[in-house]
Amino acid sequence: MNLYRELIIDLYKNPVNKRSMPDAHITNSGANVTCGDRVRIYIKKDSEKITDLSFEGEGCAISIAAASLLTEEAKGVLLNDISDWGPHNIFEWLGTELGPARIKCGLLALETLQEAVKKIKQ
Amino acid sequence: MQFWTSKYSFVILVAHMRSDFPLLQKQPELVYLDSAATSLKPQPVLDAMNEYYTGFSANIHRGLYDLSERATVAYEGARETVREFINAKQAHEIIFTRGTTEAINGLAQSWGRQFVREGDEILTTVLEHHSNLVPWQMLAREKKCALKHIDVNDDGTLREEQFLKLLSRQTRLLTITHVSNALGTIVPLRKIIQQAHAAGIKVLVDAAQSAPHMPLDVQYLDADFVVFSGHKMCGPTGIGVLYMKERVQEKLELPWHFGGGMIKEVHLKKSTFQKAPNKFEAGTPPIAEAIGLAAAMRYLQSIGMNKIRDHEKQLLHYALKTLGAIDGVQLYGPNNPAMQSGVLSFGIEGIHPHDIAEILNEDNIAVRAGHHCCMPLMERLNLPATVRASFYLYNTEQDIDRLAAGLRNVKKIFKS
Repeated sequence: MNLYRELIIDLYKNPVNKRSMPDAHITNSGANVTCGDRVRIYIKKDSEKITDLSFEGEGCAISIAAASLLTEEAKGVLLNDISDWGPHNIFEWLGTELGPARIKCGLLALETLQEAVKKIKQ
Repeated sequence: MQFWTSKYSFVILVAHMRSDFPLLQKQPELVYLDSAATSLKPQPVLDAMNEYYTGFSANIHRGLYDLSERATVAYEGARETVREFINAKQAHEIIFTRGTTEAINGLAQSWGRQFVREGDEILTTVLEHHSNLVPWQMLAREKKCALKHIDVNDDGTLREEQFLKLLSRQTRLLTITHVSNALGTIVPLRKIIQQAHAAGIKVLVDAAQSAPHMPLDVQYLDADFVVFSGHKMCGPTGIGVLYMKERVQEKLELPWHFGGGMIKEVHLKKSTFQKAPNKFEAGTPPIAEAIGLAAAMRYLQSIGMNKIRDHEKQLLHYALKTLGAIDGVQLYGPNNPAMQSGVLSFGIEGIHPHDIAEILNEDNIAVRAGHHCCMPLMERLNLPATVRASFYLYNTEQDIDRLAAGLRNVKKIFKS
């Protein structure tokens, strides 16, 4: 298994959607304290779906690449559908599975987004 | 031993010694650079434990039969080996624990509860492992006392001059590491301990990272408590040592665990306790592990702690030079073998430590990445995480060459 595929390295060095969004409707932060990964997700939405999103953060290649891919994939998706996403989605986008030591890195952005969606619903 | 006449003959000995470690024999390609987390175990340690389990695995102190007597002799013999290894005055000053963590928690719960009062202060440093910080935070919360921290310089050396400034009439305890597990900084303790004692303050030394790697003489150091773990010094997991000076032991009324083996008389409403060390070792102790630890200490002594320290100094010197020559590698800590143990924390600009460790793993190189259970220190040095390579007696310059090659590969993958 080659975890450090070209795609992951490229997205780490040139992440997509990595910017702050001052006019976001909602923001949420998450961290893996043990690794030192941090992410902040910015969301714009209409009544039922995500219209735009971005992130800021620092962390390993896996966490930054996963955040880039997630923010691409989640644009235009129904808020209700985000909670159904899980590890298999992240693995599919990354093109590789993650072992127990790295799964937290891969899921950080998704879990932070899912928490944000929960907040919206409340 | 004529082995030690030159650096070259030391290299021969290390090559020979590596055959004592079954894991290195099974995995000759492995570059194990995580001995600060736990060390590999040599065959004599495994043999000693196996001999107990297969030859005389009875409980100690209670049986009136031969096997139990033999187990008791071996267990108390292990205590004597530890006494000799750290040059304690009396064997009963040696208390076996599950490890460094239990020893510190135990002291916070027994000595701390008895001697620390509201408004008192406990002094420690920002270098500490979480296990020498959190137990004191808990005590501070319970007793409403203050915790004060001696700062470090940016190179991870202790700002010793702060010690006397932070000292006050309310200070009851200085609890301080001997060697930083994250940066390898060796803390010069003797003068600080003398100053603490002159002010009537007790001193606890966390020797988890020093006892395995350099000569440790508790009478010379003169601390009141010295704690360390067996598994970082070629011994088994599940055993550690709490050295407690006799005079301090006598004043400590209660241990932190109660049960069998530590009582004198038990009545339904009241009990009396034995003297140290039994008083502090409730329940069946880790007998096989104590025997294993003694075997580990004999193994280390057969090589010589001074030689081990010299070997690690040479390795660190070589690592500083080799890794320092790689573009983009940042070395943290003192970067000085005279005041640093065989621990080297580093990073590569623009690459997260976890990615570095993961790619090194693909080359069979085991290092650690993260905050090394020292979050306050990482915060102080403004580092989210580091990669840590730590050396021991079985490591060689080739291991460091492999590490350097691995780091070049990381840079290649990251195109940096």
